[in-house]
Amino acid sequence: MKLAVLVNEGPYTHQASDTAYLFTRAALEKGHEIFRVFFYHDGVNNGTRLTVPPQDDRNIVKRWTELAEKHKLDLVVCIAAAQRRGILDENEAKRQGKDANNIAPGFRISGLGQLIEAGIQADRLVTFGD
Amino acid sequence: MTDEMMEEGGKIKKFLYINRKAPHGTIYALESLEVVLISAAFEQDVSLAFIDDGVYEIVKGQDTKGAEIKNFSPTYRALEGYDIEKLYVEKESMDARGLTEKDLLVPVKVLTAKEMADLMESQDVVMSF
Amino acid sequence: MTMLHTINKSPFERNAFDSCLTHVKKGSAILLIEDGVYGATQGTAGATKLAAAMKDVAVYALQADVEMRGMQGRLIDGVKLVDYGGFVDLVTQHQNTQAWL
Repeated sequence: MKLAVLVNEGPYTHQASDTAYLFTRAALEKGHEIFRVFFYHDGVNNGTRLTVPPQDDRNIVKRWTELAEKHKLDLVVCIAAAQRRGILDENEAKRQGKDANNIAPGFRISGLGQLIEAGIQADRLVTFGD
Repeated sequence: MTDEMMEEGGKIKKFLYINRKAPHGTIYALESLEVVLISAAFEQDVSLAFIDDGVYEIVKGQDTKGAEIKNFSPTYRALEGYDIEKLYVEKESMDARGLTEKDLLVPVKVLTAKEMADLMESQDVVMSF
Repeated sequence: MTMLHTINKSPFERNAFDSCLTHVKKGSAILLIEDGVYGATQGTAGATKLAAAMKDVAVYALQADVEMRGMQGRLIDGVKLVDYGGFVDLVTQHQNTQAWL
């Protein structure tokens, strides 16, 4: 089946991102297709490569990146939510006149339309949040 | 809407946006309204439900000047212009908060909790914020 | 068709648990995850309510979340444990999913 995942909270503060990751991994292991993982609200903070969690803890951002690489996942960070919270890719940084970008590998920034499209195209949409 | 989306057109799903959170203490109400506005471009069958503290999102008289925060409540009145006209409010949630339809800033259809449960079950996609 | 409802909040913190029980329809399923698993434990204020709902609704709890909170052995009889794969199965077996955030 084709599934889509919506992640509405950032890493570490809420368990939502952990649950979403473990759900996504389990769905892939079962042979389902993940049409897209969409990051909204503070969920966009899952897409910064600048996090440095303690070494004896899970690395939530890196874990998403690695899962994306392994399964060619489409990890989409909402542009409007990202702009509010300072998550930028190279293009956005240039466009907004910022001196740096911080998007993690495997993530891309795009519009809210990508979430609606996921709702239309996927057989199921599952939301993780607070 | 992108060209790619146009090509994928034809699929019409029932989308229900469930609002259960009060409007200003957290950003969820504002950002969920942004999703609803974008969804208008996709020509889907869109409904909005306001239950629990979500009913506070459409209460009249919200004045955010003193708090120096943008007042997005008038946007609910603009939804009609986007052909988003199915707004449902739960009676029990209003009752519990001492509110009636007269306190709301948009025309809505009032449903009982049981009717709301039926509405949820009839949907293809349920997004809750 | 039936729905899968997920609850991730303790019944003592917010009304997600109560609101979900008000809206869940016969034949649907509830999956308790994260802090939601406290709602599936015996001797709590919500236990009677959940037990009553279980006449019409299947109730599941995510095993990893139960265990990480030390709630194993405290679950109400009839609450079924699932792993993340079981979560995926519940999603695919129901028409849609509503998250009571």
